[in-house]
Order: sequence, then C-alpha cells, then structure tokens
Amino acid sequence: MNEMNEVRKPPVATTGIIGWLRINLFFNWTNSLITLFVVYCLYQFIPWILDWTIFSADFKYNYLGEQITNQEMCSRNLDPENGGACWAVIYVRFYQFIYGFYPKVEVWRVNLAYIMLAFALLPLLYAKLPYRKYFLYFTYIFPVIAYFLLNGGLGFTEVSTNKWGGLLVTLVLGCTGIALAFPIGIMLALGRRSKLPVISMMCTLFIEFIRGVPLITLLFFGMVMLPLFLPEGIDMDGLVRVLVAVTLFQSAYMAEVIRGGLQAIPPGQYEAAKSLGMSYWRMNLLIILPQAIRISIPPIVNTSIGLFKDTTLVIIVGILDLLGIGRGTLADTNWLGLSYEIYFFVSLVFFIFTFGMSRYSLYLEKKLKTGINMGAD
Amino acid sequence: MKKLLSIFAVVAFAFSAHAGTLDDVKNRGFLKCGVTTGLAGFAAPDDSGEWAGLDADMCRAVAVAVFGDRSKVEFITTTGKSRFPTLASGEVDMLARNTTWTISRDVNLGFEFVGVNFYDGQGFMVPSALGVSSATELDGATVCIQTGTTTELNLADFFRLNGISYEALPIETNDEGKENLFAGRCDVYTTDASGLSSTRAAASNPDKWVVLPEIISKEPLGPLVRHGDHQWGDVVRWSLNAMIIAEELGITSENVDAQMSSNVPEVLRLLGVEGNYGEMLELSNDWAYQIIKQIGNYSESYEANVGPDTPLEIARGLNALWTQGGILYAPPFR
Repeated sequence: MNEMNEVRKPPVATTGIIGWLRINLFFNWTNSLITLFVVYCLYQFIPWILDWTIFSADFKYNYLGEQITNQEMCSRNLDPENGGACWAVIYVRFYQFIYGFYPKVEVWRVNLAYIMLAFALLPLLYAKLPYRKYFLYFTYIFPVIAYFLLNGGLGFTEVSTNKWGGLLVTLVLGCTGIALAFPIGIMLALGRRSKLPVISMMCTLFIEFIRGVPLITLLFFGMVMLPLFLPEGIDMDGLVRVLVAVTLFQSAYMAEVIRGGLQAIPPGQYEAAKSLGMSYWRMNLLIILPQAIRISIPPIVNTSIGLFKDTTLVIIVGILDLLGIGRGTLADTNWLGLSYEIYFFVSLVFFIFTFGMSRYSLYLEKKLKTGINMGAD
Repeated sequence: MKKLLSIFAVVAFAFSAHAGTLDDVKNRGFLKCGVTTGLAGFAAPDDSGEWAGLDADMCRAVAVAVFGDRSKVEFITTTGKSRFPTLASGEVDMLARNTTWTISRDVNLGFEFVGVNFYDGQGFMVPSALGVSSATELDGATVCIQTGTTTELNLADFFRLNGISYEALPIETNDEGKENLFAGRCDVYTTDASGLSSTRAAASNPDKWVVLPEIISKEPLGPLVRHGDHQWGDVVRWSLNAMIIAEELGITSENVDAQMSSNVPEVLRLLGVEGNYGEMLELSNDWAYQIIKQIGNYSESYEANVGPDTPLEIARGLNALWTQGGILYAPPFR
C-alpha cells in the first residue's frame, strides 16, 4: 500500500516549458495551426525589421564612412543594394524633435523642466516614496515653475510659444490637458448627477456639446473664434488657445468616465454616508469619489492615452508638435523621401509614452485591487 | 466651409481693423509672417531650425525692407485651413504661403494679393517606362488625384476637352499619392507641378519618373495682406518687385556694392542712390539695396530653393523674366 501514499507528480506534459507550450500554443489543431502561422510570420518579419532598423542602418555615417548631412548621402540612396534605415535624419534633427525651435542658449530651461517633471510625477506614481509629502508640495507648485521656466518672466528671457515645438509641445499639451481635465471632469460628473436642475442641465449641456463635436472643430474654435470673443488688445497666445480647446474636450470625456464610476457605487454607500451626517462634499470626497475613481482607472487611462495621441491634431492649426516637426523635416529638400524613418521614430516615441501609461495603470489596478467586487452584494 | 470662412474673415477683419500695419510692425520690432507647416522648396525648417525656401525668403525680404535685418521675422506656421483666419484676425502681418490668387480670395475673403512669386500649374507625372511624352496620350490611364480639390475638376475638364478617358484613384494626401504611384497602383499622378517635382525628388531613383510638359491650370502663388491697408500692401508688393527688378537689371547680392556706382539710372533709383522712393514707402532709402544684399534678387532665391540645381529641379519656365520667355514682370521703378 506504500505506493498509494506516494505523492504522484503531475504528468510531465502539463508542467514546465513543454506543458506551457502545450496548453497555450498547441492545445488543439486550430490552435497549433495559428501558432505555426504566427511563428512563420515572425520568422519572416523579425530578421527583416532588425536588419532594417539596426544591422544595415546608417546612424551617423554612411557605409563609406562619411557623415550624413542629406538624404543623398544615405547608404540606401547611394547604393540601393546596400543599407537599411537612415537614422542620420533623426540624429541631425534630434534637437528639433525634442525642443522645436527653442533658442539653443535657453534650452537648459527646457531640460530643467523635463527633469522637474520627472520629480513632480514621482510622488504621484509611487506611493511608498520616502518624504512623499514634501515631494507632493513640489508637485503642486511645479506647473507654476514650469510656466516661468518655459515661457519666461521672473528674470528669464521670454521665449514665445511659436518657438516651442516637437516633444515639448506634445508633453505640454498632453500633461496640461490630462492634469486639468481631471478635476474639471470630476466637477462636471458630480454636476451632471446633481439634484439641482440648473447645475445638472448646464453640466449635461456642456458635456453633450463638447462630446458632440470632433476635437478638430474645437481646435478651430479655439484658434479662430476665441480671439473674437476677447476684448480688443488682449492677445491670447496660440498655444494657450489650443490648450483651452484640448482641456475642454478632455474634461467632457473625463466627466463621462467618472460618471460611469459614480453610477457603479451602490446606493447603500450614499445612504450610509448620509446616515453618519456627512455633508454632500464630505460624502463625495471621503466615501464616493475614492471608490468611483478607483474603478474608473482603466477608462481614465484609456481617454488619457487617447488625448495624448490626439494632440497630433494641433498640426491642423499650425502648431508643430512631434509629428509636425517630422512632417516639416520631410519638407526640407535635404531630407526628402525619408518618411519611413521619421514616422517610425515618431511612432516609437508615442509608443513609449502610451505604453508607459498603460503599464502604470495596470500596476495601479493591481495595487488597489480594483478587480474585487466592492460590497455591491 | 468656404462661406463660413469668409464670414469669419469679415468679422475678424471688422475687429482688427486698425490703422497702419507698418507702424505696428515697426513698434513690435519684428515681422510676423505666415508660412506653411512645411513644403519642399517654399518653406521648411532647415537642420538648424531656420526657415528656408522661396516663401521664407519673401518674408525675410519684407523684414529687411522694414528693419534692414533679415532676422527680424517670426514665422507663424499655418495650414491650408487656418491660413486665412490667421491673416484676417491680424495674428500675422502677411502670408507667403504658396497661396493661389483667385477672385474669391482677393475679393470675397477681403485680402489683397500683392503679386506673384511663383507661377505654378497642375501637371502630370508618369513612370518613364510608360513611354508617354504628352498628357494627350494618357487615354484609359489610372490617375491618382486628391479629392475635393480644384485639381480634380481641372483633370476632368482636360480629359473631356481632349476626348480621352481616365479612371480616377482618389487619394487624400500627397504622401498617399506618392506611395500609390511608386507602387504602381496608378499610372499617373497629378497635382501642382512644384508638388510633382518634390514627389519626384523623394523617389529612390528620380530618373524613373518624368513630369509631362502639359500644364493644365493656372496657379499663380503669391504673398497676400489684409484689405484696406494700402501702405502696408505697397511695402510687401515692392519688396517682391524689387527682387524681380534687381534680376532684370542684373544686380545680385554679390555685385550690389559695385552697382552703387553704376551709370544706369534705374539701378541708382532702385538702390536708393537717387530719388527718395524709400521715403515714399516710409522705409529707409536703402531698403531695396538691403533686400538685394541680404536676400538676393529673385533669380538667386529661385535657384537656391527650387531651381534646377536643387533636388526639386524645377526649371524656370513661366517663372523666367518676361525678357527670357517667362511671364515674370515687374512695373518700372520710377
């Protein structure tokens, strides 16, 4: 009977790498067929893309060893048999891609702002940071510092916003849009659910109007119509006008996302809070919103990523963001025809940022355990 | 859309109607000039972030006329859609943005075209392997065409006039047209000739493509200003004319100093040695001298940006002087 007591190991075929492969990739014949097909495609694609982007590519010098200063000097244009991507265009134009037309002597200010942005984000992204409270103070005043750093004033030379461009504009639009839209969105969501008819109607009207028109229309509105509503003599900056449009757009979407979260909160939570004698604001701030926002994390990140990518639309009103600088480079007779390299680079930068946002939201969801049903039963 | 734009323009104009753009520019200390967000040969940022091109030179020429300094200009990027509202609202002092002079823009939108700095026109590009030497031989061809543009209508007119048929492959952007043509999905790509040249220059092997000789539409491109400020319009108009006249008279940025002691009366008048034409424009008397010295004459600007020695390889054609088979013509400087 000894044999009966012996602990039997699971069958070899369900553990380890082989087991994983069997279960995930070769579970049945359709599954296996798809796996083989995908592997074949990757086998065809990966060596080619690696060769094009890295092994055969020019980075600064072409295959003759000359430094590349225009597209004719790219290896692939000198000799079609030779050479992959010509990254020299990115190398030469890197400054423009990152800072736009920001004056070179003042560029340390942008660099400083980039570094400070990282520090400002740190306490928001990482809750266990030592001295988090002090870091948070810094986060609150960061927008003011960044404004003076980038724009000028307080002893800094002014750099008008039409000299801004590239990643700088993309980040300014993305960060400001997302950061401002969040509180405005919360207020709009609460307003729309308010029992006071005027407030609820106004919020609903605002949200429905803004959601009902495309971002491009709002950008045009900001660019063309807004100056007409301002008293003469007040010259509103072009970038600010676009920022207003982007923020309005994003806050309407954010409001609906948060309203979705609010609706998922069971009525018992409201009743419990009220029975403790809490006021409307205390109830929302302490009981309702923390739960509502927690379950809304995936759609909040979703719309934020959407906005980050939508910022490329500002090219329509003549602001050169990262993509705009790419297109401008393509219009330089020195770099005609390098569209693959430029679009590849721009999409890579966008991918890094959006993928980072999406990973962060996953980390947040895990940390806050949003998958768990919160007392609805 | 067009109607809406013109309403915007009129409203914006009513708001921004103030006296003296020239004074505004002088007080501000720099010129605000509207250019494209990037068009090969006309306006595009170079590696150091400086705007370069035929239109960019036009902006600089006006800055030189007003300030005597080619760097006193701020380039405002505009798109096909935003250019007119931007000018109408006074955000820019002038546009040098590859804009076709048409009656509705000149009259209805309330702008004033002050001249033509490039005569463009719709043309055709085909693979040289097709063996076609004239657009009239294109019977039955598949044509890549940007939808919703005047080029579409011009194309239909041209083929109907010549009694030949075509199949349209609608595209949205220039890039799309380029890719479709290079991939062989269409036999012919049609757009403005300058655009065809930059498409051809972007090909990995430009010799495999030819631009056919037929030009089937008129696209006079020129700088424009707001209606109603004639003083400022004159400054821009004569900045352009000065470059053209300088070419007629053979004055270049290199020989301009030697020409100061020329014995040709018109040269002396242009360079401000004789007469007080600068004062008439409320500019300094050597304004034209400075334009030629710092920017060059029209030919120099053309050759440096779009001419046969650049990747665009656009021959002078219509843009040659009237004395050399083109139609470039400036009123006399007297």
